[in-house]
Formats: sequence, C-alpha cells, structure tokens
Amino acid sequence: MHTIKQQWFGNVRADLLAGIVVGLALIPEALAFAFIVGVDPRVALYASFTIAVITAFVGGRPGLISAATGAMALVLVSLMANHGLQYVLAATILTGIIQLILGSLGVANLMRFIPNSVMLGFVNALGIMIFFTQLPYLIGSGVMTYVFAIATLILVYAVPRFFTAIPAPLIAIVVMTTVALLSGVKLQSIGDLGTMPSSLPTFFFPDIPLNLETLKIILPYSLALSIVGLLESLLTSQVLDDMTDTPSNKNREARGQGIANFITGFFGGMAGCALIGQSVINIKSGGRGRLSTFTSGVFLMFLIIVLGDLVVKIPMPVLAGVMVMVSMTTFNWGSFKFLRQAPKSESLVMLITVVIILYTHNLAIGVVIGVVLSALFFVAKISRVTVTSNAGVYKITGPLFFASTTKFIQAFDEVTENQIIIDFENSQLWDESAVGAIFKVIQKLEGKGVNVMIQGLNSTSEQLYEKLL
Amino acid sequence: MKIAVAIDGSENAMRAATHAIMLAQHLPDAQLEVIYVQDYSKAKDERLLSQSPESLSLKREQKVHPIVELAREAGVHADSTMLKGNPSQEIIKYVNEQKIDKLVIGSRGLNAFQEMVLGSVSHKVMKHVNCPVTVVK
Repeated sequence: MHTIKQQWFGNVRADLLAGIVVGLALIPEALAFAFIVGVDPRVALYASFTIAVITAFVGGRPGLISAATGAMALVLVSLMANHGLQYVLAATILTGIIQLILGSLGVANLMRFIPNSVMLGFVNALGIMIFFTQLPYLIGSGVMTYVFAIATLILVYAVPRFFTAIPAPLIAIVVMTTVALLSGVKLQSIGDLGTMPSSLPTFFFPDIPLNLETLKIILPYSLALSIVGLLESLLTSQVLDDMTDTPSNKNREARGQGIANFITGFFGGMAGCALIGQSVINIKSGGRGRLSTFTSGVFLMFLIIVLGDLVVKIPMPVLAGVMVMVSMTTFNWGSFKFLRQAPKSESLVMLITVVIILYTHNLAIGVVIGVVLSALFFVAKISRVTVTSNAGVYKITGPLFFASTTKFIQAFDEVTENQIIIDFENSQLWDESAVGAIFKVIQKLEGKGVNVMIQGLNSTSEQLYEKLL
Repeated sequence: MKIAVAIDGSENAMRAATHAIMLAQHLPDAQLEVIYVQDYSKAKDERLLSQSPESLSLKREQKVHPIVELAREAGVHADSTMLKGNPSQEIIKYVNEQKIDKLVIGSRGLNAFQEMVLGSVSHKVMKHVNCPVTVVK
C-alpha cells in the first residue's frame, strides 16, 4: 500500500507540472499521427487521453508516458485505407488482448533477445518513415508552405537554447499560427482535414461483423501492433529505469499496455504505446510518479475541449515542420558511427532491419527478421570450435553443440597416433549432438585401432555425457 | 582544498583531467573529485547504442575510471561522482553545494554557430559557479 501511495503522491508538485508540460507536448504529435493513419484527429486524441490515464493506473513503470504513437500509426495505415475506422478500433481491442496475454506469459523476459542493432534499425526506419509521411504536406503547395515549415523548424531548434519550461514545438505552433492568422496567408489547416472533439470519449462497440473473416483481417495487424507497441514500451521503460536509477516491472508494463489498448478501442481511440520522446521530457521536467502520466492525459483532453476551435486553425505546414523535427530526433544519428565501429554482423543486422521495414512498410516484420538474423549470427559466432593436437593430446576449444559438431568430427579424420587423448578443458558439451559427435569419433577411431581417452570434461558436461551414454 | 574536474570522456576532458591532477599534486592536502554527468538528453541514444543496461554502465565507468587511476598513480587522492540530468546545471549545483575550491573543465572548442545550436557547457558553468574555474582547451 505504501508504495502505491508513494508512486502516486510521492512527488505531487513536480508530477503535476511535468504532466502539464507533457500534455502540451503530446498534442502536436497526436494530431500528426491521426493524419498519418488517415483518421479524424479525434481518434488519436481520444487514444492519447485514455491510454495515458489507464497506463497511469496499470502500467509497470511510473512516469512512463503512453499515448497514440507514430510507430503504431504506421502499422495502421493500410488497415485504415482498406477497411476503415471500425476495423482500426477492432484491431486495437484485439491488440490489447494479445498484449495482455503476452504480458501474463512474461513476454518482457524476451526483451533480452532483441539486440540493440535491431532496436537501432527500428528507430531509424521509424524516423525515416515519419519524415516521408510529412512530405505530402510540404511539397507542391506553394512557396508560403516552405516558408512556414522552415520558420517552424528554426523555432523548434532555436527556442530550447533560451527557454525550456514549455516544449519548443508548442511555442513554435502558437507563434507560427498567430503569424499565419495575422498575415492572412492562405495555408491548409488542421480544420480543412478533420474535426476536433468537443466532448469526452464515450463507450461503444466497433461496428464490425463478429466472424472469422473479420478476425482474418485484423489479426495480422494486431500481432504487428502488439510487437511494435511492446518493443517501444519496454525500450522506453529501460531508458527511464536508467534515467531515474529505479527498477520497473516490465511484464506489468506489458499487461498495462494491453489493458490500455483494449479499453481504448471501445472508446473510439487507435492503438498506442509508450512514447520515448515524451517520457524523456517528463523525467527532464521532474516527473517521476504515476500522477505525472495521469495529469498529462487529463490536461491534453482539457486543452483540446477548451481550445479545440483554435487548434483547427493550426496550419499543416507548421505541424509538418514539427513532425520533421520529431523524425530527426527519432532517427539515431550515432548509427553512422555504430556502423563503422560495431562488429560487421551487428551493422548488417541494423541495415537489414531498416531495409526490410522500409520495403515492407511493416515495423514488426523488420524487428522479427532482425532478431532471427542476429540470433543466427550469434550462433555462428559462438559455434567456432578449434582442435589443436600435440603429441597425441587433442585440445578442444569452444562449445560443442549442434552447430559446431561437424568441425569437431572432421578434425579427427587424419589421426596417425595409435593412442590419443581428447582434452575438453576449454570446452563445454551442450546437447545430444555434442555427446553423439564424441561417440562417433571414438567409434570411428577405435575401428581404426586407435585407443581414445577423454579428459577435462567439466562437471555439467560430464553429467550430460554420463546421462546420454 | 577540494579540486573538481568535470569530464565527459572526450579528449579535451582528458586534458582537463591531466591539468587538474597536476594542480592537485602541487597543492597541499588537495583532494580531486572527478565529476561525470549522464546527460538526460542523450539517455535514449546511449541506451540504443549499447548492448544492454550493463554494458551502458560499463561504458560510463570507462570514462571515469582511467582518470581516477591516473590521479592515484600521481599520488593524488581522487574520488568520482556520477550525476544525472542537464550537464551544466548538475555541475553548477554540485560545485556550489559541495563547496569546491577550484573547478577544471574541458572546452569542446565550438564555433559561434555550434555554440548557439549545441550550447557550451563550460561557458555556462563558468558563469554560475562560485569558485575559480580553469577551462582547458
């Protein structure tokens, strides 16, 4: 009980302030993510509100900010285009169920198997894709579009040098929208593309036929959303653990993400997950507890309902300018140095992850293939076995398992001594294949009249050997 | 006499550290404090660029450890402090709260434009700490 109170009310003042800052920082991206999917801004704003408020209660990492995100938006694009909003909502509900199940099964423990090369590929592809989603709002709409977008970009980069209390994107949006309104320049605005919500979200069932056909349509999307959402949420949790020097319950976070998405679908919101950028802003602004996450969601909704009429006046080039900045900060610029310095296999995994995601437009496929590839590279790397012989003593160096036995067996093809010792001091037997390989070598050599002795097995290897032979 | 050196793992920081060690050698009863700030703004990228949370903490230790070793070899009593947050703010707060007598800090040597975009840590620190500062190029 004490910790729950601590997680909620241990840092009230700073949490309230940070929550307000984050609430402000959530708005531009929520709007932009709605346009990426092709849904009304309402769908992303409702999602950001419900997901933030629900994860504040059920998340595993206090201070983590979850809402509508670019990664989830990009997965939903083709579902929206082909089947419409009701299927997006149904996919969101199913994503919640899948994440809840995965979280209950301890999916967070698998996070260890996602190497940082895959995560780098993920964020880089994400940055590139977000950048490209903004081009339609910038190219071919006249000179003033470029002027406003570039002025916005300059503001978002320059303002934080002098003033950091309010997120720079918001300052840029307020300034540039005011300039646009006062100067009377004609620009496409948010109001031209969608409507603002004027009330709190309400509960309803998505209007879809409940049959196998529907499941077939939404299941691939829900699986992809589950993977993408959990990856980004657990990565963000780790970043916050590091920033705050406090541990968090990753499986609870996974379940929390599931519960939030499940409920959000019924309130007309699209699937979301943790936002790295906003979570970092929260910690930087002093937010630590659950109250900060809760406040961010409530304040976002409050602002939208109160200021909705002004929000629709934001020019699209200004929002696109902000999103270009978001794509630039999503991309990891240290990756170029990583490519030069990291082992070739890791660089290759990162590049392949990026290429697959950009080619398939599917973040989840890239991550899965990246993980499989890096696992294969790892097996290849540790499967190196060397055999050196000296006066009838054959020293084995490296682990013996299914991937390394062939080389081991070959090393005994040309034994000339009539008595040999195989020394396993620097080796380890891992599986049946290892024991089988030793047995095969002994059989073959004894067939040729060579006497074979084995020594240096460590205790676990010896146990395995005794058990199987 | 408490001497502090703020480092970030760069070459310039290493030069600042060597200078601080030299000062400490020549002053009676000097203690050296090696300060390293984990920059919140880089938290995401640092995590992405290291294999695991453990390898990340190793990387940070590798920035501080050589300097503490170097100081001890030079016969200087040295300790290290890891802080988190905004580098210039954290350095200023620490130096003023711990009543450090002398701060040594490296300068990245940015030009006017880079300074505008990136912000100069040494510049900000110099303005707001209550002790004499040596900026090492």
